[in-house]
Amino acid sequence: MAFYILRRIIATIPVMGVVALLVFSLLYLAPGDPAIIIAGESASAEQLAKMREDMGLDEPMPVQFAKWLGRVVTGDLGTSLHSGKRVSEMIGARVGTTLSLALVTIVLSLLIAIPMGVLAAWARGRFLDKTMMTIAVLGFSTPVFVVGYALIFTFSVKAGWFPVQGFTPLADDPLRFLRTVTLPAFTLSLAYVALVSRITRSSLLEILGEDFIRTARAKGATERRILLRHALRNAAVPILTVAGSAAAFLIGGVVVTESVFNLPGMGRLVVESVLARDYPLIQGLILLLSLIYIGINLLTDLLYSVFDPRIRY
Amino acid sequence: MQRIGLAAVLLSTCLAGAVSAQNLKIAMETRLGNLDPILSAAHQTREHGYLIYDTLFAEDAEGKPQPQMIDSYTLSEDGKTYRFTLRDGLAFHDGAPVTTADVIASIQRWGLRDRMGMALMGITDSITAEDDKTFVIQLNVASGVVIEAFAKPSGVPLFIMPAAAAATPVTEAITNYIGSGPFSFVEADYVPGVKSIYLKNPAYQPRSEPASGLAGGKVAGVERIERIEIADALTAVNSLNEGEIDFVQTVPLDLAPLIEGSDAIVSGHLDEKGYQYGYRMNFLHAPFDNKLVRLAALNAIGQRDILQAQYGDAKNHQVCGAVFGCGTTYESDVLAEVAIESDIDKAKALLAESGYKGEPVLILHVTDSDAMAAVAPVMAQQLRSAGFNVELQAMDFMTMLSRRASKESVPNGGWSIFITSWQVNEISDPLRSFMVLANGSDGYAGWGSIPAIQELTDAFLIEPELEKRQAIAADIQRIVYEEGIYAPLGQSSRLNAWSSKVEGLIPNGPTVFWNVTKAAD
Repeated sequence: MAFYILRRIIATIPVMGVVALLVFSLLYLAPGDPAIIIAGESASAEQLAKMREDMGLDEPMPVQFAKWLGRVVTGDLGTSLHSGKRVSEMIGARVGTTLSLALVTIVLSLLIAIPMGVLAAWARGRFLDKTMMTIAVLGFSTPVFVVGYALIFTFSVKAGWFPVQGFTPLADDPLRFLRTVTLPAFTLSLAYVALVSRITRSSLLEILGEDFIRTARAKGATERRILLRHALRNAAVPILTVAGSAAAFLIGGVVVTESVFNLPGMGRLVVESVLARDYPLIQGLILLLSLIYIGINLLTDLLYSVFDPRIRY
Repeated sequence: MQRIGLAAVLLSTCLAGAVSAQNLKIAMETRLGNLDPILSAAHQTREHGYLIYDTLFAEDAEGKPQPQMIDSYTLSEDGKTYRFTLRDGLAFHDGAPVTTADVIASIQRWGLRDRMGMALMGITDSITAEDDKTFVIQLNVASGVVIEAFAKPSGVPLFIMPAAAAATPVTEAITNYIGSGPFSFVEADYVPGVKSIYLKNPAYQPRSEPASGLAGGKVAGVERIERIEIADALTAVNSLNEGEIDFVQTVPLDLAPLIEGSDAIVSGHLDEKGYQYGYRMNFLHAPFDNKLVRLAALNAIGQRDILQAQYGDAKNHQVCGAVFGCGTTYESDVLAEVAIESDIDKAKALLAESGYKGEPVLILHVTDSDAMAAVAPVMAQQLRSAGFNVELQAMDFMTMLSRRASKESVPNGGWSIFITSWQVNEISDPLRSFMVLANGSDGYAGWGSIPAIQELTDAFLIEPELEKRQAIAADIQRIVYEEGIYAPLGQSSRLNAWSSKVEGLIPNGPTVFWNVTKAAD
């Protein structure tokens, strides 16, 4: 197992290299000039040229990439072109918010989605099944920002139960943390709930048709025991696969959710850095998000063996 | 159920935290990016600058320059020698006194960056300190705009920094954020894109005159200002409605109904003149390398339909054909009708006479600005009505700025028309406005080469009499329209909104927060 983990970690290095090169190339090809964005319309051509030179943007793309890579290898992600702050410091100030939101979303989603899927499978073809799956389809089809605004209008503006915007870290004030994270997490979880509940239902239905389930029934096991003990455990691997991929898919939703609820997370930072053409910051963020993506996939693979003892690394 | 509701309300009240009357929470239009108000001409950097720096002169509510850090000044009989004396009690946030060394270094850095400053430096022989409080500017020719330049509120205002900060090359951002203004910047609490904190500067000695425009006594009425970056306008408005923040710099017009009729919210236009919207054509390539085609476009494009599409109700906009803005010292109506009215028949006739062969007209369509997004489609339709072959290319404002720098032809990534906006105080005379420039391919985007514009601008700089400067400005406007260099699309002012607990906001172009008080809950 340890050797497998080590092998997987080492395998991430070339993946990260390719991601870095792709992002760098795309940024190089994309229109945009940080010098003009910083100085504005009124800067002279000479001033802009000097700024580009100072920022190293006048050098050929391979040279820029090599210099950046050299710094990254030593742990230096560079400095933001706009704020002048270190990229690692800027990302560090935002990463906690996004991770908090993502974790609460995943926990909340799994707590809702798996029981939903189990109930739908149990009540296959009946009203409960159809209701659950309609909710799932709606959750998956409704845009995140629509859900977000509707929740803000209902629970913040009308009821006054939650703040409209902002974020309080868990360590600062746990109650306030829950108030600031509940609506965004619920917003973000809808699509996730839909996906996981549907895969839970379909996996369970497939397992419920297997011979060993018939044997269990013949032995007099209760429906509850059959569903939760025999079927769900055997359906865990596909559920885990989808849950893992969907966790990575959350990253896209985070960008919109953080904007709607004004959470100071990495999603908003991605948008801000792209609009400002803050290249070092964009590269640092993409690098970190890629690492998170790879980490989630690795964790998913490792969890397979927990739920299915036949899988060994 | 009622119990749950009551408990939730009590819980939310308890958790809301005490709202301090000494903590003003503001949400500005866009995020604060760069912190150097000389390097960056971004308005948010300027607003940051006004909180922490002071200026030598400042425009009052009537737009007249008034001394701010200056106590008194004299002008020699030949109009070439200015002697300025700083007022008593000026000090930076670290306690160091503001001296003429700081002032001279700040003027010199500003003079490398601001267009008006550069023009002024071009006629300046020397700036010397007589002592810590008195300095002398020796011009080589008399000029009527020295004090106006020192007092200019926008573009790049002349903020006074410590000499060490002002020694930073003008192409690099300063890293020392110490000013001498009514608030100090808390660098340790600054999180880019999230928040900025400003504390009242207890050592600041305001002028005794009442606040007026950017002039007069800058009295800090709150202990702390917390600038919260809220990217989403609806979230900002909801947050204001819920009392989470105290001020929203820009309320999009479609969201105005959310605050109308509320006793807890006040709304208004603090910047009464607002912004001038306008467009320039690319002189380098077909079809606008042909003067008759440019004039055809000028005649086809009219302000009324565009303003109505973009701003709706007439109370939200102003038709204006003055290239230096309406309500300004240099407002002129010379040929203004060309910019205001759409005359399709005349445009068709000019286009037929020009020999236009149907070359594509590419308009850079900025879609991420609430104040500009609808302009390009209406403009395109007006041009099509006159017979132009028009394409729109959608992009964000920052991409437009970069794309606009391309001097290539349309098929090779160039452009034909770009639309932009300036706060009126940034284009209010020939020395401030970039939009009237026509200095050829090394000049401002559009790259027309009409030497008469620069000759008249030079004459404007050294003309001491206001009436003659006004005549020069009107002459420039005439050439601008005759050559098709630029046309304004009217003026509009953003809608501001604030809590009814907040008082003392001063009507201005830049949004400033001295003089502002906040009542306790």
